[in-house]
Amino acid sequence: MTVLEADVTGQRGEFTIRAQLSASAGDVIALVGPNGAGKSTLLRLVAGLVPVGGWVRIDGADVTTQPPERRPVGWVPQQGALFPHLTAVDNVAFGIGGRRARSRSMHWLEQLGIADLATRKPAQLSGGQAQKVALARALARQPRVLLLDEPLAALDAVGRTDVRRTLRAHLSAFDGVTIAVTHDAVDVATIADRIIAVDGGRVVQDDPVADAMRRPRTRWLASMLGSNACHGHVRDGGVDVDGGGRLVAPDIPPNDGTEVLVVFAPQAVTLHSRPPEGSARNAWRVVVRDLVDAGGRVRVDADGSPGVVAEVTPAAVAELGLHEGSVVWVSVKATELTVVPL
Amino acid sequence: MRRHTPLGLITPAAIGVAFLGIPLVAVIAKAPWSDVPGLLWSADARTALRLSLECSGGALLLSLLVGVPLAWVLARVDFPGKSALRSLIMVPLVLPPVVGGVALLLAFGRHGLLPLHIAFTTWAAIAAEAFVALPFLVLAVEGALLSLEPQYEEVAATLGHGAFATFWRVTVPLIAPALAAGSALAWARALGEFGATVTFAGSLPGTTQTLPSDIYLELETSPNKAIALSVVLLFVSVLVLFALRGRWRVSR
Repeated sequence: MTVLEADVTGQRGEFTIRAQLSASAGDVIALVGPNGAGKSTLLRLVAGLVPVGGWVRIDGADVTTQPPERRPVGWVPQQGALFPHLTAVDNVAFGIGGRRARSRSMHWLEQLGIADLATRKPAQLSGGQAQKVALARALARQPRVLLLDEPLAALDAVGRTDVRRTLRAHLSAFDGVTIAVTHDAVDVATIADRIIAVDGGRVVQDDPVADAMRRPRTRWLASMLGSNACHGHVRDGGVDVDGGGRLVAPDIPPNDGTEVLVVFAPQAVTLHSRPPEGSARNAWRVVVRDLVDAGGRVRVDADGSPGVVAEVTPAAVAELGLHEGSVVWVSVKATELTVVPL
Repeated sequence: MRRHTPLGLITPAAIGVAFLGIPLVAVIAKAPWSDVPGLLWSADARTALRLSLECSGGALLLSLLVGVPLAWVLARVDFPGKSALRSLIMVPLVLPPVVGGVALLLAFGRHGLLPLHIAFTTWAAIAAEAFVALPFLVLAVEGALLSLEPQYEEVAATLGHGAFATFWRVTVPLIAPALAAGSALAWARALGEFGATVTFAGSLPGTTQTLPSDIYLELETSPNKAIALSVVLLFVSVLVLFALRGRWRVSR
């Protein structure tokens, strides 16, 4: 069911943003793009916080002329913007109103596992806790469209993992549309199921996450996002990749069965014509599907268990005689892998 | 390397400090301290004190009622002629208060543009004090509004609150420190107002004779009482300065 449809134009400083969006119930969209590409402005256009050209429809109703307070849209700006003079629970209640506002707010804080922070003021919360309260505040109004502006950018590593897990749990249960601005490939891969990339005020790519990661359409996207990301589960100190294959890395979570995402850069992948010998323990056979020029380097998209994207020099391509359909071996040093518990 | 401090700058600076400081010291030194409680407790002094508190309080209230929305309009709404309006609001800061009084008389006096018939009443004293106090409040509040992160008000909008509710429930609490500082300044200015009040409201004991005009008149007949009342106003000024402690910054 289509929830959000928009064809909007807006001004951001000197340039004009023009974007068409269409999203269905349950979609979690990662909105990515270089600094100044218009990501935050696009969120503001949907929320009604800046003058909009074109139109925005939510659940079929035209909200173009509605002010923000009349749109079923939740917006969480960077760092949450909790009201500093209100406690956590009053921040959430602010958006609800009515006699049962406080008890309903407590319910939402419980949902996000932060009921014990209810009476704290924002100054007494960590960045991650504040972000969760801000998320509770937005969700408590049960919006149809939830807009998150870099929800993880300001957090340290611990807060990041924590909030990422919260987002993952609650966004998959949220039946509206989520659009989250992010700069991080791991966040994209863990939270979103779809990517919209903007550059210069235009949408340059709109694809499922897996497709966009394998085939980023702009160089910026390739370097930001063009990572390999494999879902899998921990077993015996390694990761069994869904769909086949096994990867080892230094910091594997201790418990077997933990769901993880293994991320590594295309530059970390080495190609060989024969099974590699020596220290690289992550090595497997793949079939080259596609070769793409990537500004002096060549992106090699290959199928296997797991499939992989490598970035190598043209010299290496020539030496290995790579072409579509070539069978080669890939290896990745264990230390190049980032293992993210989900 | 320590730089040599030039005497040519230090000397005039010291003279400046003395010029500001000696008169204050003089009030303290010359005050008839043993008689001060009795002088302040006399019936007409008490009347002037009460009237001063009423008028300055009323002026502050009036300034808040129109000054806070005015500051909001200046900070949040774009319209042509905004800088001219801002200059207009600053006029009482530089205008001689007695001219302000004349202007009020010509505007709201018996034969004024808008004859409100309030000249030479307590209302006139309140109006004259508000006229000079308003810019202090507007300046402080507008500065705070301009430096406030807009995202708090934007979030409030996405949480279902219109501009008016957002203003009361989010903006006002967030600018409370500046609001308090601006109020303290505006009140202190109203309390000390003399020229505009005397011109527009006169100096009728019990009706329009506030502390400053009382001081001015008593200086002729009973200088000790004038000094005692001056000590009171000096004390209040120091208290206000202490309460502000650098809070008042009309900054972005």
